[in-house]
Amino acid sequence: MTTKDTILNNLRRNVREKYDKPDLSFAKLEYSDPVAAFIQTATTAAGAKVLEMQEGDDINELIRKSYPDAKTIASNVPGIKADRNPDEVCKPQDLDGTDVSVVEGTVGCAENACIWVPQTMKQRAVCFICEYLVIILDRRNIVNNMHEAYSRIEMPEMGFGAFISGPSKTADIEQALVYGAQSFCGVTIILR
Amino acid sequence: MSTQHSKKANIFVKDTAVVDRHDATFWAVRSKRDKMAHEVPEWEDLRDAASMIKKHTVTHLADYLEKFAANAEKNGVHVHWAKDADEYNAIVLGILGEHGVKKVVKSKSMLTEECCLNDSLAAHGIDVVETDLGERILQLLGVPPSHIVMPAIHITREQVLECFRGHGIIEKEGRKAAESMHGDLNTLIAEADPTFLTRCARYHLRDNFMTADCGMTGANFGIAETGEVVVCTNEGNADMSTSIPPLHIVSMGIEKLIPDYKSMAVFQRLLARNGTGQPTTVYTSHFRRPRPGSEMHIILVDNGRSDILGNEDHWQTLKCMRCGACMNTCPVYRRSGGYSYSYFIPGPIGINLGMLRDSDRHYGNCSACSLCCSCDNVCPVKVDLSSQIYKWRQQLDSMHHADPMKKTMSEGMKIMFDHPDLYTSALKVAPVANHLPDWLTGMAMKPWCYGHTMPVFAKKSFHQLWKSDLKNKN
Repeated sequence: MTTKDTILNNLRRNVREKYDKPDLSFAKLEYSDPVAAFIQTATTAAGAKVLEMQEGDDINELIRKSYPDAKTIASNVPGIKADRNPDEVCKPQDLDGTDVSVVEGTVGCAENACIWVPQTMKQRAVCFICEYLVIILDRRNIVNNMHEAYSRIEMPEMGFGAFISGPSKTADIEQALVYGAQSFCGVTIILR
Repeated sequence: MSTQHSKKANIFVKDTAVVDRHDATFWAVRSKRDKMAHEVPEWEDLRDAASMIKKHTVTHLADYLEKFAANAEKNGVHVHWAKDADEYNAIVLGILGEHGVKKVVKSKSMLTEECCLNDSLAAHGIDVVETDLGERILQLLGVPPSHIVMPAIHITREQVLECFRGHGIIEKEGRKAAESMHGDLNTLIAEADPTFLTRCARYHLRDNFMTADCGMTGANFGIAETGEVVVCTNEGNADMSTSIPPLHIVSMGIEKLIPDYKSMAVFQRLLARNGTGQPTTVYTSHFRRPRPGSEMHIILVDNGRSDILGNEDHWQTLKCMRCGACMNTCPVYRRSGGYSYSYFIPGPIGINLGMLRDSDRHYGNCSACSLCCSCDNVCPVKVDLSSQIYKWRQQLDSMHHADPMKKTMSEGMKIMFDHPDLYTSALKVAPVANHLPDWLTGMAMKPWCYGHTMPVFAKKSFHQLWKSDLKNKN
């Protein structure tokens, strides 16, 4: 008998009473203005910056203004001026030293400022290896809570996606909150 | 009379400053958790849902595991099954050997601690680098975690500085770290600045991410419907570990499975709020397929879990999602520290899991509970932690681990309470003890007199007062 069979047989033998799947239709947290709630959470608990794009704004200019010292920008988002393209580098290590990465999010969640960032590039390292991350999000795609978010997200062909809420954080040294543990030190969300 | 836990706790409590800091730190986390709970009106609905989803999943686990494995394989992921720690370690070594792996970057995983993976890899000459900052500090110090979510919380910033200095990290990365903060290197070192130390670790770990041959992660959740795993971190180390090396190995306890995205939403909302008092972890990463040109393996580990399912009193420990809320709230954990427990998972859940693992080794932890039930009230998946500890205590005698002195006293008390005359006579002479010197009563009542003085026995017992009061009224 294989290990798999041993484990499965043992599990089947040991079940005493079977329980049904629960009903999840209870009322869930909603906001009168989910976009405002999202911005509030993103800029406080999550520690991100939020820029609301106005009519006539140039997105490349907004990025440049946010990170004037950036020497290397990486992105494969159409229309974004970048020095590196995560679809074209030979290996993920080639993206090390990226100052700013620009990616697109498809769903934002008001209750915790999570943004679903699907892997739409060959090297997903671009999303994590940079010093700063810019996430572009359509304000119409902001939902109230994670139940709504999970009903909306789609897994891309590449088979990876992450909810990201603000910059990489740690409090492992004496509970002192520090931004920029292993991944990006800051996040700017551009709402268009 | 003292248990293993109380002996070790006695060492920990000697330094009151350390105890106070430890207690305050975890109470602060507990308070943050409360704030989060109050911000979500459907909090109790979420707890009920989480408990019921887990009850449903673990009682249909064989079916869900088959579904999960089939879907993962369809996604191009290699799925392995391990019945115990030895088999698990052998599978990992096999995969690493096939790929000629020399260095592994590893994201925090309690399962790998449970199976002593790092020792097994080190014995085979494989360099393992823990990438969670707290875990890395402990690895460099050569000590185990003292908490499952905040593993290095008991280490001071000065100790971290010394440790990094000893490993040449300050010398190598200090200048760059100081520059990134626009600060003065010597001042930052003198202050043992946490941001500076974190930056040093960032650059030190960055080198390792670049040169590792394999990334290993645990799994917070496995989703049967899609065959994917979900890993939650704040540091982004799981994402760094898996987006650069050409091989990703996931180690997953079989009880981590949930049915679908609808269930995932419930747990995503509960995990960080309960664990650290944040509305979410920074990263909630879903791994469904291997990266182009790389391999992904999932090892499903039993290691006693399928037996626990058959244990009438303790099967619900399988609902646990390792958030750490029960230890943060536990008055005994907060004041005795993680190292007082003999099992690597401390606190209420650790007492139970340790007993299920090896009761002969870990029965000493059962005393680390005041039965205040605070853990039951915070547990997001409603594991009946304190009731389970109570049940273990009832079994200690049949396991031959009952304390002989307590046993004698219990027998004595049984005789006394079974014989009211004897009880009344004993009460009448009790006030005599008030006139005995402290050293004598202290010696007789040892060790109950540690930390408190003898109570003063009333001249008139409650019985006598009650009776005379009744007489007066009539």
